[in-house]
Amino acid sequence: MQMEARAVIAKKQGIGGRILNNFVKYLKDNMGILIGFGVLCGGLAIMSDAFLTPSNIMNVLRQATTNANLAIGLTLALIINGIDLSVGPILALSGTVTAGLIANNGVPIPVAIAIGLVLGTTLGFTNGKIISKTGIPPFIVTLAMMQIARGAAFVYTNGMPIRVMNDSYNFLGNGYLGPLPLPIIYTAVLIIVASYILNKTKLGRHIYAVGGNADAAKYSGISIAKVQLFVYTVSGFLAAFSGVILCARMYSGQPTVGTGYELDAIAASVLGGTSFTGGVGKIGGTLIGVLVISVLNNGLNLMNVNSFWQLIAKGLVILIAVYFDMMKKKAKPKKA
Amino acid sequence: MSRVILKMNDIHKQFPGVYALKNAQLELEYGEVHALLGENGAGKSTLIKVLGGIYQPDQGEIFFKDEKIDINSVHDAQARGISIIHQEICLVPYMTVAENFFLGREIDRRVFGSVDDHTMNAEAQEILDQLELDICATDKVESLSIAKQQMVEIAKALLKESSIIVMDEPTASLSGKEVDKLFDTIKKLKKKGIGIIYISHRMEELFQICDKVTVMRDGEYIGTRATSDATMDELIMMMVGRELKDLYVRGDHEIGEPILEVHNLSNDKLNHVSFKLHKGELLGIAGLVGAGRSELAKALFGIDEVATGKIILEGKEVAIKSPLEAMKNGIALVPENRKEEGLVLIQEVGFNISLPVIDRFDKGYTLDKDHENVLINQYIKSLNIKTPSVKQIVGNLSGGNQQKIVIAKWLAANPKVLILDEPTRGVDVGAKGEIYSIMTDMVKEGVSIIMISSELPEVINMSDRVLVMHNGEITGELQRDELEQEKIMKLATGGI
Repeated sequence: MQMEARAVIAKKQGIGGRILNNFVKYLKDNMGILIGFGVLCGGLAIMSDAFLTPSNIMNVLRQATTNANLAIGLTLALIINGIDLSVGPILALSGTVTAGLIANNGVPIPVAIAIGLVLGTTLGFTNGKIISKTGIPPFIVTLAMMQIARGAAFVYTNGMPIRVMNDSYNFLGNGYLGPLPLPIIYTAVLIIVASYILNKTKLGRHIYAVGGNADAAKYSGISIAKVQLFVYTVSGFLAAFSGVILCARMYSGQPTVGTGYELDAIAASVLGGTSFTGGVGKIGGTLIGVLVISVLNNGLNLMNVNSFWQLIAKGLVILIAVYFDMMKKKAKPKKA
Repeated sequence: MSRVILKMNDIHKQFPGVYALKNAQLELEYGEVHALLGENGAGKSTLIKVLGGIYQPDQGEIFFKDEKIDINSVHDAQARGISIIHQEICLVPYMTVAENFFLGREIDRRVFGSVDDHTMNAEAQEILDQLELDICATDKVESLSIAKQQMVEIAKALLKESSIIVMDEPTASLSGKEVDKLFDTIKKLKKKGIGIIYISHRMEELFQICDKVTVMRDGEYIGTRATSDATMDELIMMMVGRELKDLYVRGDHEIGEPILEVHNLSNDKLNHVSFKLHKGELLGIAGLVGAGRSELAKALFGIDEVATGKIILEGKEVAIKSPLEAMKNGIALVPENRKEEGLVLIQEVGFNISLPVIDRFDKGYTLDKDHENVLINQYIKSLNIKTPSVKQIVGNLSGGNQQKIVIAKWLAANPKVLILDEPTRGVDVGAKGEIYSIMTDMVKEGVSIIMISSELPEVINMSDRVLVMHNGEITGELQRDELEQEKIMKLATGGI
């Protein structure tokens, strides 16, 4: 009877109603973190005049893009009950290689970018292949890859930054489309594609199933290996892409770039409600997590809090947010 | 066309160190309900996994609809219409019922490869309604009770165009009414010509619903009988390979003074529970799933918090806030789920048995392995635990032996009060009898036992006295001479 009622409502609503419905559900699902985010923004707006200016908002968003890209990959990895620690170093390696090819070897830009992307994607694929074939835990495999990729970035650059002064390459990181910085547009596209895959496609279902109950997935004829391969490959690609763009934005490929980025991406995913035991997580939630971290960094900068204290603040925010989230889940009553 | 839909011949399967199947056979006809019977570890599940494409046999032939086939993957089996309803609930808790139904074969909408939830929800709902289940296709699985999840698992298999459906312990967590619904469904499936393989420990069900029974023992085919001319004794003998003496061993034992008194115990699951337990008494606690029986056990063992009430042990009031305190007071709990709460499955037999008493062997800088091994071997022998060695990994043993290890673990702690929560769940007939005789030996030695059980024959035959619970309350107390199935059920359902 319940079902019929819901079906009738759904029919009456049409497409506009459904979008509204989804939006309301989004607000409900992420209520806790959204309130936290609102309070944070409100507080900063009161304490700093600079916070709510359009230029600062753009700045926050642009700074959030790298973490957002990586956090998409991490959210996928966490949903399938895995993890990817290698995204920071893969970002660095792909960025430096792309920069090096352009600056030192005079390789045409599209080719250099393609090589950088293929390199990072291949490393992600390698992660996935090892995890699915050998059964070595993802934490270990990607920890090893983290060292390897970081080492490779140092070897390739000899430990020195590679400067690239090429207008059309640098445009990719610093350009605008109308009022919007290009990196924001890339990230928006990535978010839409990733949400679509997770929410609307078969593959998305399989990703949730593998993390929610691997046995059930296996007994339903889902190839866990394929899902793992997909997720880690995508994560590698996203890291490589972020590296190429970040490098274009900074006019140089730096082997040390991206240190600790994997942890920020994990923090964003977890803040956004992704479960550390797999099966649960949404790109939409992760996005808020990314924004919280970004706004927090920005706000503390605006208030001239030094970066050491910023780390402590970030740690506390993560702990508190996840604690409240857990309490909320515990309180959820069970139906008979 | 012959009447045989499936023939499995001379199937062999070996795992490292274990011969799981040797010469297993099965022949199933169209529209037949065929029981597969055997003790735990007899190879039923392995044979089913071979049929379902989860394991590949080392040797043997499978004929499906008169054609020799290989089943190399779950996909192969599904493509041929072989559906398996697994014993353990195999659903993704965070997904809806419909999403689980269509897992692995989602319906596409053809635009941008998006899945068609609307159609899937509707089709899933149709099946649920056909079975008259009060379940909504868009409900999340985690919000459903275990019994409903089990029905979802069964309904899921009906969704596919199946020619063979395997049901592995489908009634394990179902109530009587739900079992009736399931049997109605099975009869409908039979009429459609679907072959059904039915696995259950509840023997009386086999006679109710099955046409034939194939018995397995130690991975081998023993024989096939028509249920119409088989007797329960004959089947049990085929299963255990010997005649079974009286299952419920109950010797005379003396019941002494009260050792444990519980006054008005309450928390969010319990409502003013009061009772007394005497020395050397076997007190049964009956009730339906969710009546608060396990919660009472957990409160007494210090796992769940107690809001109000008193626990008096040997005349002294005690506060039990943790399992450690419970153990110090001589209370032990053999929990309901041995795999999750009872054992470290990936560890050795010896490791598990001495775990609660490991302090005894602590020499400060190292463990006294010799004395530890004496204790371990003593319990392996006295409880007749069948293991190749002390070093065997517990997860590789049969359910009955695992259960005996959990019991051994707590016997080693010399408890005064032993709480057994579903002591024979998922244990075969042979091991059941052994567990009953262990319990009898213990009460003879003056240990007091609280036995929580959903199996009424066990409650009625083993208990000195029975408390019945409903909704977190004790709704009645029955002395040994008053124990009857109807009386218990009446109290368990709220007394009306």
